[in-house]
Amino acid sequence: MTSAISVENLVVTYDDFLALNDVSISVEAGESYGLVGESGSGKSTLLRAIAGLAPVSDGQIVIGGKTLPRRKRDKAFYRQVQMVFQDPYGSLHPRQTIDRLLQEPLAIHGVPDAENRIVRALDEVGLGPSFRFRYAHQLSGGQRQRIAIARALIVEPSVLLLDEPTSALDASVQAEVLNLLEQIRRDRKLTFIMVSHDLGVVTHMCQRLAVMKNGRVVERLTAPDLVAGRISEAYTQNLMVASKGFVRKEAVSG
Amino acid sequence: MNPLLTVDDLHVSFPTRTGKVDAVRGVSFTLGRERLGIVGESGSGKSQTGRAIMGLTPPHAQISAKTLNFDGIDLMAASAKQKRSLRGNRIAMILQDPKYSLNPVMSIGRQIVETLRTHEKISKSDARDRAIAMLEAVQIRDAGRVFDLHPHEVSGGMGQRAMIAMMLVAGPEMLIADEPTSALDVTVQLEVLSVLDKLVAERGMGLIFISHDLRLVSSFCDRVIVMYAGKIVEELAAGDLANAKHPYTQGLLNCMPTIGSDRHPLPVLDRKPEWAL
Ligand SMILES: Nc1ncnc2c1ncn2[C@@H]1O[C@H](COP(=O)(O)OP(=O)(O)OP(=O)(O)O)[C@@H](O)[C@H]1O
Ligand SMILES: Nc1ncnc2c1ncn2[C@@H]1O[C@H](COP(=O)(O)OP(=O)(O)OP(=O)(O)O)[C@@H](O)[C@H]1O
Ligand SMILES: [Mg+2]
Ligand SMILES: [Mg+2]
Repeated sequence: MTSAISVENLVVTYDDFLALNDVSISVEAGESYGLVGESGSGKSTLLRAIAGLAPVSDGQIVIGGKTLPRRKRDKAFYRQVQMVFQDPYGSLHPRQTIDRLLQEPLAIHGVPDAENRIVRALDEVGLGPSFRFRYAHQLSGGQRQRIAIARALIVEPSVLLLDEPTSALDASVQAEVLNLLEQIRRDRKLTFIMVSHDLGVVTHMCQRLAVMKNGRVVERLTAPDLVAGRISEAYTQNLMVASKGFVRKEAVSG
Repeated sequence: MNPLLTVDDLHVSFPTRTGKVDAVRGVSFTLGRERLGIVGESGSGKSQTGRAIMGLTPPHAQISAKTLNFDGIDLMAASAKQKRSLRGNRIAMILQDPKYSLNPVMSIGRQIVETLRTHEKISKSDARDRAIAMLEAVQIRDAGRVFDLHPHEVSGGMGQRAMIAMMLVAGPEMLIADEPTSALDVTVQLEVLSVLDKLVAERGMGLIFISHDLRLVSSFCDRVIVMYAGKIVEELAAGDLANAKHPYTQGLLNCMPTIGSDRHPLPVLDRKPEWAL
């Protein structure tokens, strides 16, 4: 099988800080690939680099057999590859109505039938038509996150880069969004790369995953391996233990 | 002992183009020197409840309460100046969008230093050391580098922790933390929680911990309030989550994907209109 996305020996630096240090991953067409790892380890940077939004200084990115230029991408790329950013606050203009925010990508890419698509997109993420003419700053955190997802899906991309897409959602809405993402991936044969710090979410959504630390991929494994504890890195092991919840260390009296 | 905070029958609503939105509809609770968790549906009014307590409700909103009292101070009657001084000193809130609550044109370190220097007489270099120590306490690697970065140059989880560090140098008596760890990987999350935990246990801080993460809240907090459509529908001792009565809370526990379970699609809630009455 051919890989839909192949990242080879990628290096991203900010001044002299190495945000990505020789990172390679390969994702098959129609696959959902997970990224987990330490805060600050470069997960968002990797997604941004694929989307053409990070200063790549070495290595290459191949999507659908084509090697991408480092910075400038063509218009078709920006429709084919959509990203849901980690902070929906930053990615949605607060003074625009939801209608405008959803209208805009359709207009840019000349997608017809905007009216129906907008109504459907809102419905898919569990927000009724009453939200359509609100401004982004009038929404709760989780409502914004869902608008960001709707905005990425509305142009029917083939690759979706999801950066903590459900981190601001309660479990009930999270379940609906995850089901929607899975269904759309199946129906439209989408390829996902998904960052999440919730191992339950990652193992539910992804077949394979990479564990990142300090700008590097330290381990690659399948979801069943992770579930069964077939883990070689101590860091991955720590993640598994920490997933069980908070344990109060008993105060030492004295 | 008198509670630190009393909230009785709090209402917040917003006029919009498409009608009035009732964001908070009669919320009542008290907070002592303890860890109180608030969980609830997306859009159920958790953040707006926190903002109302802080005096950060947008000016065009309508707000009312029978009682909104912090340590003997009537917050509904307090002047803007009084509220500002409370916010700077005795009560603090970690906002849900930390990176956008930080000043975008000032380095993270300088923001922490300035906060510190409004609270204490401290030399510039001592303040710098303290700020770096605080960044390290919230598990930021390479705190010296991060000190000089601007908010747009740090990762999601680093921004959250910078905000936490800034609130903590001020040493508030009450902290409202709105999804403070949602962008942190689980190992760092636990470290940051133990920092907050210490402040409650050792300094007697009152903590309101808003989160959608039921597992985390039930293992970290003493009590949990569950919100749905602007109201509190249930209050539980944190260890007692398994005995939740409200169908929303029960449903929540069931629709979480867990490591090792294989349920496709995930079960979803069948929301009943009467839950929102
Ligand atoms: N514009 C920038 N200038 C300087 N450093 C940057 C910039 N953008 C990112 N970095 C650095 O790159 C590193 C990786 O950041 P990134 O956002 O990829 O982390 P992450 O793995 O997504 O973390 P989190 O889980 O906290 O979101 C961080 O140390 C960050 O400070
Ligand atoms: N300025 C505003 N104008 C109109 N409605 C608003 C405004 N701000 C918030 N709301 C609405 O008030 C309700 C409560 O919002 P709040 O931010 O308190 O939710 P939340 O419980 O924190 O949700 P989340 O978990 O998604 O962050 C939401 O339905 C939101 O759309
Ligand atoms: Mg990130
Ligand atoms: Mg909120």
